[in-house]
Amino acid sequence: MSGRVLVGVKRVIDYAVKIRVKPDNSSVVTDGVKHSMNPFCEIAVEEAVKLKEKKLIKEVVAVSCGPQQAQETIRTALAMGADRGIHVEVTGKDYETLGPLQVSKIMAALAKKEDAQLVILGKQAIDDDCNQTGQMTAALLDWPQGTFASEVSFDGDKIKVVREIDGGLETIKIKTPAVVTADLRLNTPRYATLPNIMKAKKKKIANVKPADLGVDLTSRLEVVRVDEPPQRQAGVKVETVDDLVGKLKEAGTV
Amino acid sequence: TERALGLCLSGCRGLSQLAELPDTHQLLRQTCRDFADRELNPIAAKLDKEHVYPAKQIQELGAMGVMAIEVPEELGGAGMDYLAYSLAMEEISRGCASTGVVVSVNNSLYIGPVLKFGSEEQKREWITPFTTGEKVGCFALSEPGNGSDAGAASTTARQDGDEWVLNGTKAWITNSWDASATVVFATTDKSLKHKGISAFLVPMPHPGLSLGKKEDKLGIKASSTANIILEDCRVPLGNMLGPRGAGFKIAMQTLDSGRIGIAAQALGIAQASLDCAADYAHKRTAFGSPIGKLQAIQFKLADMAVAVESARLLTWKASLLRDAKKPFTKEAAMAKLAASEAATYCSHQAIQVLGGMGYVADMPAERHYRDARITEIYEGTSEIQRLVIAGQLLKEYQS
Repeated sequence: MSGRVLVGVKRVIDYAVKIRVKPDNSSVVTDGVKHSMNPFCEIAVEEAVKLKEKKLIKEVVAVSCGPQQAQETIRTALAMGADRGIHVEVTGKDYETLGPLQVSKIMAALAKKEDAQLVILGKQAIDDDCNQTGQMTAALLDWPQGTFASEVSFDGDKIKVVREIDGGLETIKIKTPAVVTADLRLNTPRYATLPNIMKAKKKKIANVKPADLGVDLTSRLEVVRVDEPPQRQAGVKVETVDDLVGKLKEAGTV
Repeated sequence: TERALGLCLSGCRGLSQLAELPDTHQLLRQTCRDFADRELNPIAAKLDKEHVYPAKQIQELGAMGVMAIEVPEELGGAGMDYLAYSLAMEEISRGCASTGVVVSVNNSLYIGPVLKFGSEEQKREWITPFTTGEKVGCFALSEPGNGSDAGAASTTARQDGDEWVLNGTKAWITNSWDASATVVFATTDKSLKHKGISAFLVPMPHPGLSLGKKEDKLGIKASSTANIILEDCRVPLGNMLGPRGAGFKIAMQTLDSGRIGIAAQALGIAQASLDCAADYAHKRTAFGSPIGKLQAIQFKLADMAVAVESARLLTWKASLLRDAKKPFTKEAAMAKLAASEAATYCSHQAIQVLGGMGYVADMPAERHYRDARITEIYEGTSEIQRLVIAGQLLKEYQS
């Protein structure tokens, strides 16, 4: 086993920013808006670095797809302890239509190229909330997947994943190589230490084009329109429980 | 070294750094900002109200390397430069000004002089344990009888065999109740005036060293400030820091650097005030629109922004000069003066923008106002800064 882990990190609008829709309803405003690493990707990086610290794996490679600024996100991963980075350059229209299908094709190609033992991704990105990339990557590679992981441990040549599901927790064992997606409670990501920020400067970030990986970025989806959520309406007061039930039946919710 | 060399080789590179920070420094700034937003901002009001020392946060900052930014890695520090220190200090202080001063005193006033004037053995003993956040140090120069007049120190040190015996009282010592060591300035010969002062390293607690009551301050309440009382406090001869009689010089040079730290702290407070006011201006409506549409408010915000940005550039310039090992005394004093006055100005105006809401503890503006005030006083009053600046300036014009 190569002992190499690929971690996908996505540059998204910072969680604390108030999102605004462009006047033409084509997309959200991103110019001049603060961006940072997707919180679930931070958790993924943290898990990979912890596995390396426990000497269960040998190398952590951070991957990001996007324009030049994606390198900032990779550098944050390097400062957290990743060993090197791969920046897959995607710009312009391709970047606007970049989605889980394209990214999973890229991740699958890189996983094969880098002979990865494990691919760890955040369970979803906070901008599109797709929750698809991990699953698609596993399918393309025909690898097992452990998604919504709240606990990951090595068990011989298998990985034990505790998954957060609607009914509670599900424990599965999957063979490596495998894909794991990180859920909120998997760990608490560390703050980069200053010495690691300095060391990150010397770590390598390789530049790769999707074409080099044989990946076609054509999107099969077209975003028709983006709207803000409807303004919250005032509630209605009722006098009795019967009135309440009546109103709910009227609204078709009961 | 690559950085410092680059700066030395071309002053232009130093100036371009004012326009766009290097990647490492941007990442550092973002990391400290995230820490301040997530770990300090949510508890700052509580720390202020209950006067609680942020021990856990200081340890976390220690683990990040923030408690010993300039200290080389082999001694346990982060091995970064003063520009990094200024950036870290501003972001930390923006979250919590009290935490900021604890960080600043440890970095600049305690570790600073030991790093610059200490022997290799002293550095290992008195710096390394103070890099992790578990222990912090303090700086004992001021006395009840003299603050600005540092040369008039009346704390004495007399040699008795293989020990120094210290006697006297130090006043206004930040971190005193939380510190594990102090740099103390005492005179071995009052007749030599300021040339008789030497610096000494004293562990805390220690026989002969006691603490006065914690001062009940207007602001930066989570940091402890008290007298340090020395009564036949004995330390080994090896605890003298630097040459005998060099104490005043050590103090002044230490404060030159400390000024950059306090300037950065003041920037954090000023920026936090501006953030608070600008946010409120978007949300509060009066006369049918958000108050941010009113010119009176806009002019205030613009003036605040100019005050902060100009003080910030002065602070960065002082840092870059220091990192390039060029003279920086004048620039550091200018930075501290500008930044502290920006902090008091911005926090004052922030309360004004908030109106009644600025006067109550529900909003942080009143805490910024109280925290800002001390920045014009400690580590050299604004009046002393003006004297330092004028002194340097007149020297330049002499030739």
